[in-house]
Amino acid sequence: MTATLTVAVWKGDADGGFVEHDVPQRANQTVLDVVSHIQRELDPALSYRFACRVGMCGSCAMRVNGVSRWTCRTHVDKVARDGRLTIQPLANLPIVKDLVTDMAPFFDKWERAEGPFVPSETRPADDDFAVVEPAGKQRSWADAAQECIGCGVCYSSCDVVSWNPEYLGPAALNRAWVQMNDERDGGRPARLRAVSGDAGCHACHSQQSCTLRCPMELDPASSIAGLKRLSFKAALRGKL
Amino acid sequence: MNRANEVRLWAVMRLTSMVLAFAVLVHLITMIVVIRNGLSAEEILARTRGSVAWLVFYSVFVVVAAIHGSIGLRNIVREHTAWRGNSLTIAAAVFCVLSLWLGLRAVQGLFA
Amino acid sequence: MIADGPRQHLPYWGFVAHRVSGLLLALFLPVHFWALGLSLRGAASLQGFIGWTDLPLVRFAETGLVVLLAVHLASGLRILALEMLGWRAAQKNLVAVSFGVALACGLAYLLRAF
Repeated sequence: MTATLTVAVWKGDADGGFVEHDVPQRANQTVLDVVSHIQRELDPALSYRFACRVGMCGSCAMRVNGVSRWTCRTHVDKVARDGRLTIQPLANLPIVKDLVTDMAPFFDKWERAEGPFVPSETRPADDDFAVVEPAGKQRSWADAAQECIGCGVCYSSCDVVSWNPEYLGPAALNRAWVQMNDERDGGRPARLRAVSGDAGCHACHSQQSCTLRCPMELDPASSIAGLKRLSFKAALRGKL
Repeated sequence: MNRANEVRLWAVMRLTSMVLAFAVLVHLITMIVVIRNGLSAEEILARTRGSVAWLVFYSVFVVVAAIHGSIGLRNIVREHTAWRGNSLTIAAAVFCVLSLWLGLRAVQGLFA
Repeated sequence: MIADGPRQHLPYWGFVAHRVSGLLLALFLPVHFWALGLSLRGAASLQGFIGWTDLPLVRFAETGLVVLLAVHLASGLRILALEMLGWRAAQKNLVAVSFGVALACGLAYLLRAF
């Protein structure tokens, strides 16, 4: 006899509600396996996102028992309580349908935080690459923060985002911190202005939910603290 | 309030916090040392009357505490209620002035 | 500490402690100043107020204030360390130490007051 999981899955948009399903429990089952089972066998109209299934693409992020996670890298036996799972779409984003959120506001904020690299020069005449010292301090800070794949887990976990919808959020600010440490980047003063203020790094209260939840084990809270220091120094010099 | 001013408020919050870290430490030690079987007005006043050192200490303490508290209250209201904008900033400023007035008056009473 | 729910990790509690203690202290500030302002009218008036503070219940409330102040100081130092010095690995220990220092201050005050 196989054990059965009771799974409450969000259906509909923001005004929707939970629908419960019974799902057979299997060895090494991931939460994504559970959602796929429901879609294939029980509710073909269920909408959800996934692509790689191995923790590379970041598209399967959802809230499982209230905690934002990659469902493909979350084993059921680690998170189920008394054979129950509650699966919701990511928080702090508009729900398109069921488990699918509209990620546009999340990525719009990367733009607003001036995430893209701003070249400071064209390729020099001698055709050499710019040399960035690998052991340099800034280079190591950028290294520590740059592996973000934009899954939105931190954004969904952040209370400050839910209190202040204008807040750029951990991922966008972490990206800005990477670029602030790129010595080739020509857009740093403008970027520092863009990430300062009560919609930017200064809204962060170091609750560190982002750092705790990041599946890539990045530390956005420390990146934001780094931005605060840069901004503070610039403000003291009157250059903000 | 514009972005630059928000950053200034944040910077003021951190600068006052550094002063307060020292002042609160002194305050805590004073309280724990001074309280012997209850507060006594005479004990407090004997310590503070005519003492320029305590006058300066408590005056600075009142000023930074009033500023720090007002900015903090404004932050809390903005994050947990729907109240934003100029009216909130003015309310916080009024709270600051009220605290400053009551606080400095008290310090004056302790000194002279 | 293993976080089970969405908001059960230690740094989150550090934030809650800092916010709640800060709110209460800020609201207490004008009251505190007003009471001390009584010293303007001489020791007798201040003593009249302080006499009221001899009640055991008020003593406990005072101890609460000392704890609040210590909590806010300790959790505030944690924020400064994180933001200004960029401390990372030691952050959870910092929260724990904050709570410890605050508790110790409260106990010391309580022992002296009774």
